[in-house]
Amino acid sequence: MYRETQIIETDNIAAAGADAAGAALVINVGPQHPATHGVLHLVITLEGETIKKIEPHLGYIHRSIEKMCESLSYRQFIYVTSRMDYLSAHINNHACALCIEKGLQLEIPGRAQVIRVLMDELTRIASHELWWGAMAMDLGAFTPFFYAFRERESINDIMEETCGARLTMNYMVPGGVMYDLHPNFQKRVKSFIQLFNSKIDEYDDLVTGNIIFQNRTKGVGVLSREDAISFGCTGPVGRASGVTCDIRKLYPYEVYDKVDFDEIIETAGDSYARYQVRLKELRQSVRIIEQLIDNIPEGDFQAKTKAVLKLPKGEFYSRVETARGEMGVYIVSEGGTTPYRIKFRSPGFSNLSALDHMSRGSKIGDLMAIMGTLDLVIPDIDR
Amino acid sequence: MFLKEYILNIYRAVASLLKGMKTTGRYFLRPREIITQQYPDNRAQMKLPERFRGEVVMSHDENNEHACTGCTACELACPNGTIKIITKFDVTPEGKKKKALDTFVYHLELCTMCNLCVEACPTSAIKMAQTFEHSVYDRSRLLKKLNQPGSKLRAGVE
Repeated sequence: MYRETQIIETDNIAAAGADAAGAALVINVGPQHPATHGVLHLVITLEGETIKKIEPHLGYIHRSIEKMCESLSYRQFIYVTSRMDYLSAHINNHACALCIEKGLQLEIPGRAQVIRVLMDELTRIASHELWWGAMAMDLGAFTPFFYAFRERESINDIMEETCGARLTMNYMVPGGVMYDLHPNFQKRVKSFIQLFNSKIDEYDDLVTGNIIFQNRTKGVGVLSREDAISFGCTGPVGRASGVTCDIRKLYPYEVYDKVDFDEIIETAGDSYARYQVRLKELRQSVRIIEQLIDNIPEGDFQAKTKAVLKLPKGEFYSRVETARGEMGVYIVSEGGTTPYRIKFRSPGFSNLSALDHMSRGSKIGDLMAIMGTLDLVIPDIDR
Repeated sequence: MFLKEYILNIYRAVASLLKGMKTTGRYFLRPREIITQQYPDNRAQMKLPERFRGEVVMSHDENNEHACTGCTACELACPNGTIKIITKFDVTPEGKKKKALDTFVYHLELCTMCNLCVEACPTSAIKMAQTFEHSVYDRSRLLKKLNQPGSKLRAGVE
């Protein structure tokens, strides 16, 4: 059922609280707080231990990336987008490259398409693993963090070898990818898959089955299907509420329409459902990589492009599925070498907007579980 | 009935905790599977992949010659204004004036290691080095001149 978020004025609560039994208390979480994983400032109005209202304050890590991109050429601005959602840097670069290619009407070689999808899925695994560790740490379990980083490290090694960097790769360029795959790539990805398949069950042993974890996440932060749609929640947050929103299935790009994978849908909409969606997505990503790793076509890794790219006059939009949801790039071009205007639709911003609605009425201890499963990356929200 | 459910719940809870502890204990007993690197101590054995981007360097050969023609393609490709190329005019043996590189100024403090300059270079004069320990006590020491003193353009590079 759709439920309208009631607008509460903080002053009124304080005034009403003075008369009522329990006075309202306004506390700040952040901007520096271990549970926010970045400079997010939440002003929380409490009544006893119950959350009445959450007001996110943004702007602490605003770098005006959209404005910066207006003065950079179409080749140059891609690297900046790695600094938005730094955990899925490849996928952000991919979205920008796709949008430019749409404007140039460029055909991408088959090899580059497969490389891009492989890199995207490896990034998704790395991102979900970091989320799993960090979320368990938010809930008080410190050890899972190291288990997650053990597997993530081998992905970072693969990235380092092929792309030249561990986090901000700048590997997707308009027309394909920057370099060809490293000769060791296939061997190392296969050994990673072997490692991953043998270790993924440990995740369930450590956290999923744990009774403390289940009690803290089941039924906490429920987001109904209608609310998820009206707040624009995408990615695992939307899918945990039963919304079909996987861009890889709805609007397939590159070779996603040729590979076989499932879109994970849960219907409970609580924190535990969001957790389940991400853990199952890990296995789906491995499935995609397993299908593609032996079938990388031979050929060019980059299409021939001009040294200076000029997009024709018009508006271009492309969307991809990052680890957090739908990422959109909207370019307005006046026909020059730099974009006239760029807008990024970041998944984190929409997911954060649902936080107030989800956590009203829950206890303050549940807030960590809700925020942990929303998987917020603050530079992505603020840009 | 209620009591049975209650005791069963307690049993399940304890079992789930023990299951997690079993995994932790397994690694406790087998420390060899732990993969921590003792970073500053293992510098000698540490080998970074050859594509790793640490900083931009200009390669010189044994005659102190480089391949940079001073075309400023890298300067134009750089998104941050990291590179500044100062050119001079050399006089060729035929008595003609020819543009040549005077100083290749590289601001390491502005560089984001995006590799666009290396991609843009038509003569492969610059490349990425694997060094990554760049901390210095003063910011001005990060401003680097990439061409060595007295170096000149390699013959045959246009």
